[in-house]
Amino acid sequence: MGIAAFAFYLFAILAVGSGLCVVVARNPVHAVLWLILAFLSSAGLFVLLGAEFVAMLLIIVYVGAVAVLFLFVVMMLDVNFAEFRAGMARFVPVGLLIGLVLLMMLGLAFAEWSPSVVAPSLRQAETPPLDAMQNTPALGNLIYTKYVYLFQAAGLILLVAMIGAIILTHRKREGIKRQDIVAQIQRDPAESIKLVDVPSGKGLQ
Amino acid sequence: MNEFFDSSLGVFVIILAQCLAMTAFVMISLLFLVYGDRKIWAAVQMRRGPNVVGAFGLLQSVADALKYVLKEIVIPASSDRAVFLLAPLVSFVLAITAWAAIPFADGWVIANLNVGILFIFAVSSLEVYGVIMGGWASNSKYPFLGSLRSAAQMISYEVSIGFIIVGILISTGSLNLTEIVRAQDGPYGFFSWYWLPHLPMAVLFFVSALAETNRPPFDLPEAESELVAGYQVEYSSTPFLLFMAGEYIAIFLMCALMSLLFFGGWLSPVPGLPDGALWMVAKMGFFFFLFAMVKAVVPRYRYDQLMRLGWKVFLPLSLGWVALTGLFAQYGWFGGAYVRWAIGG
Repeated sequence: MGIAAFAFYLFAILAVGSGLCVVVARNPVHAVLWLILAFLSSAGLFVLLGAEFVAMLLIIVYVGAVAVLFLFVVMMLDVNFAEFRAGMARFVPVGLLIGLVLLMMLGLAFAEWSPSVVAPSLRQAETPPLDAMQNTPALGNLIYTKYVYLFQAAGLILLVAMIGAIILTHRKREGIKRQDIVAQIQRDPAESIKLVDVPSGKGLQ
Repeated sequence: MNEFFDSSLGVFVIILAQCLAMTAFVMISLLFLVYGDRKIWAAVQMRRGPNVVGAFGLLQSVADALKYVLKEIVIPASSDRAVFLLAPLVSFVLAITAWAAIPFADGWVIANLNVGILFIFAVSSLEVYGVIMGGWASNSKYPFLGSLRSAAQMISYEVSIGFIIVGILISTGSLNLTEIVRAQDGPYGFFSWYWLPHLPMAVLFFVSALAETNRPPFDLPEAESELVAGYQVEYSSTPFLLFMAGEYIAIFLMCALMSLLFFGGWLSPVPGLPDGALWMVAKMGFFFFLFAMVKAVVPRYRYDQLMRLGWKVFLPLSLGWVALTGLFAQYGWFGGAYVRWAIGG
């Protein structure tokens, strides 16, 4: 068994195993940690495919940012495990239904699946010489030329989602002292300090 | 003998040896970095610093490491055992891993990745997990508060570090660290490096690196006056040593990145002098000296000011610089200082 095959089986088993652990882990924080391991092993699979740029993006975006926020939320939540298990019987049918739908989709994909008529023509498109082209510039060339409008549209959707999230959670509270850095820097001793000559025995009027 | 090194086992042995050599270099420099950090800090405060173990206290770090290893590991009864012990390992192993992609001279690199800078960025973005896991698994208030703070802080400053790196990438046209350094090679030596065209970003990168590695003045995750020691409160003995070592290795990595991205890596500052790994090490040492000086000189930030600096100052500045660099590179202004594309173009 070569190193590549060994690495493939290692990452594949890790990905499937940790995916399973996400579902069966009792502690939600452990579940998120297993999820992170699953992400990492799929990044490893991407590297084996020669798609190192996608692998690094997967780690930076999903593991480095999304999963951290996920972990944040799960840690802060006060999860009552007993309540979870009490509701189990009620949710099992729904869960089973969703599982069944997914299974049917997988079945369709493996049994009744035929490629679109456009796909073979795409596959026959001219490929640049593989030894001269790295996948980062190759992706860049496609995204910023052929698919630039789709790419920009995806960016705009993300921007709208971000603004929406900010508007939903941002609230301006009254009666709070806020630090105004610019005002602080603009102040000078001449206008903020007043020297008063206080006559002795009379005090400040 | 040559046949052996061409076989797959031979290649494996070579890679293993390279990794061991790199780890040995990092660990030995770690010992003297901690010593140097304490000495510089002491000198600024007009103290003597460590001066008992060995000549000038040079072996102080060895004695400390030995002491940590020999002490008893105390695990809090209500902690999450597995995660509690995993956290320092994560933080240490990830800190070492990133060094695989750092070139010390032309060709002196364990893994010459096409996406080298992204790899280092990815690994350093994972380092936050050691802190979060440690804080959560301790099952105690101060560690948890410390880990929440650090997670927010590291994510915030990662964003601006990412944009700063994008500016460099636009100038170079490659994600490979060796290519980035080669692109800085020019007839003017010191003045052809990226620090000059990307001057504001070099400063921003240094400050963001301080925040990313939880160094003072941004060491709020472990602010001893508020949180005792943050996420490290419940740790003792070897796990604590691993956290500590991971932190210093991450700082040293940032020094290496600083010299690779902005200060020409192994290139010599004076045209005519030979380039080499010694320059690289000297630059790393210099930036570590700056890190230590900042620790000694600058008072700690308040947490809301830290967040404000990250999101309201650094993020717009670095994002704006990316746009500017794109403009300069497209039209080749400033004598092509921003266009040094190694590939494509």
